[in-house]
Amino acid sequence: MTDAAITVEGLRKRYGDVRAVDGVSLEVVSGEFYGILGPNGAGKTTTLELIEGLREPDEGTVRLLGLPSWPRNPDLLRRIGVQLQSSAFFEKLTAREQIRSFASLYGVSADRADAMLETVGLTGKADVRDTELSGGQAQRLSIACALVHDPELVFLDEPTTGLDPQARRNLWDLLREINGQGRTVVLTTHYMDEAELLCDRVAVMDAGRVLRVGRPRDLIEELGVANLEDVFLRLTGREYRE
Amino acid sequence: MSALSSLSKVMFLGLIRDRTAVFFMLVLPLLFLVLFGALFQGEGGSRSTVVQYGEVTVLDELDEEHLAALSEALVLERTGDREDALERLRAGEVDAVVWEETPGTLELRYSAADEARAGAVRGLVNSLVQDANVAATGQPPAFRMSTERVEDESIRAIQFLAPGLLGWAIAMGASFMSAFTLVNWRRKRLLRRLWLAPIRPGAVVGARIGVSLGLAMAQLVLFLAVAVIPFYGLRLTDMWWLSIPLVACGTLAFMAVGLLIGAVTSTEEAANGVLQAVIMPMAFLSGSFFPTEVMPGWLEPIARLLPLKHLNEALMGVLSRGEGWGTALPVMGGLLLFAAVVAAIAARLFRWEAK
Repeated sequence: MTDAAITVEGLRKRYGDVRAVDGVSLEVVSGEFYGILGPNGAGKTTTLELIEGLREPDEGTVRLLGLPSWPRNPDLLRRIGVQLQSSAFFEKLTAREQIRSFASLYGVSADRADAMLETVGLTGKADVRDTELSGGQAQRLSIACALVHDPELVFLDEPTTGLDPQARRNLWDLLREINGQGRTVVLTTHYMDEAELLCDRVAVMDAGRVLRVGRPRDLIEELGVANLEDVFLRLTGREYRE
Repeated sequence: MSALSSLSKVMFLGLIRDRTAVFFMLVLPLLFLVLFGALFQGEGGSRSTVVQYGEVTVLDELDEEHLAALSEALVLERTGDREDALERLRAGEVDAVVWEETPGTLELRYSAADEARAGAVRGLVNSLVQDANVAATGQPPAFRMSTERVEDESIRAIQFLAPGLLGWAIAMGASFMSAFTLVNWRRKRLLRRLWLAPIRPGAVVGARIGVSLGLAMAQLVLFLAVAVIPFYGLRLTDMWWLSIPLVACGTLAFMAVGLLIGAVTSTEEAANGVLQAVIMPMAFLSGSFFPTEVMPGWLEPIARLLPLKHLNEALMGVLSRGEGWGTALPVMGGLLLFAAVVAAIAARLFRWEAK
């Protein structure tokens, strides 16, 4: 047994002339909190989707918990939890109905679903529909839906985007807790303070490639700058992105 | 709960909590049936009302048998107030007023508001006068007419409306639901999310088909329940239950139409627009709202290509005309073939992401 939770080798994906992912290799250790950083259009989300097995790579391989993520493998899917960029909720259902529905897709009991709702502090909102939840509450529900089957490996795509500072900090505590329980967590984010605080290691991406991988503190030291944001700007430049 | 039953529950709740969807798929078609059924109820079988003032020989001398035959076509009222009778005629309450001005001269006043009824009343009274004339000669009539009614050609409004509106309701419900599930789940990335859940794709498809079939059967039951109440008076024929497999096949055919439209549109609004543009003209051409005989002839070959036309006709056949397997089977086969072809095209055009 290897203790690599994720092994990615030579991943490539192109759309027409655009090389969305252009030779990404990385390894995430079991129990690690790993961040994928990059400006808009850097290929973070496509990379994450290739790793999750949502898309077929043109080249390269992805192994999650020792198993290939493509083609689709239900036995592997039972062991990973995914939160997609936008909140994927069913129409017209309350928070409790949402999480119980997701739970049943994984063969998890309604009691366990209700307990998960409690964990993310949404028991008081159990009978509220997703459209009436605040941004932070919706994100917590979305994460709860990703965690309801107790996955070993969790993917979160920009979980804190659009949240106010209180909701972000509240969510950070939740993410730390998830990682603290021994789960491997991979997240993408725009916020460097968040990555610096939460992640054991980060990969900085641009133009479909991984520019640098390391512990935030090591990267800051290596480049002789004040914080991870400066590392990011140094690596990816200052010009505007789409 | 299994994935199939929990996805079915999710789709069912999503439907019944959507008031707009419930209104357009269940309430509106039923309202149409209730309203149109009541509006056209009198048509065809209705009798004209004729008011007789004073003594009218040709009417007064009719024997029992002739009176009974006459009463099938008109209601005869007698009055002693001619001005009041004429006033009622002008108000449209009665169809004609008749009196004998001088012995042997009948005066008939009728309203021109309803050409068909006016013609019927004129013809009836005239034939009574001619019969009396022939009888007065003491000779046997030189010409006779023998008539016989052909049952099949006379359709009461409800026999036509119930199958037609039901077909429309099925087409609308099935196509809207499958298009909306596809577009909504793609836009919210639920399709992606479900791809990453350990379920079989068949569970999603099966749940969608199951819930749509359930709704279609609810529509069938509601329609028949309304149509058979005595006020509307649909009399079901022995083979009415063939409407169940017909409705099921129709549901699959229109789910495929919805999938195709869902595959090529990105938002619920766009899907709704395209669905309206497809389903409404098809319903008109297929005779869901009024008989297609009134349409110009060149539309007929176009209508023949529409699945709803065949569904409507087959439903009318098994519900109202006593037709059986011979009518239902070819249409069921055709609808299933149509469903397979359209679903295959939809699968080819399917996209995971909205444009």
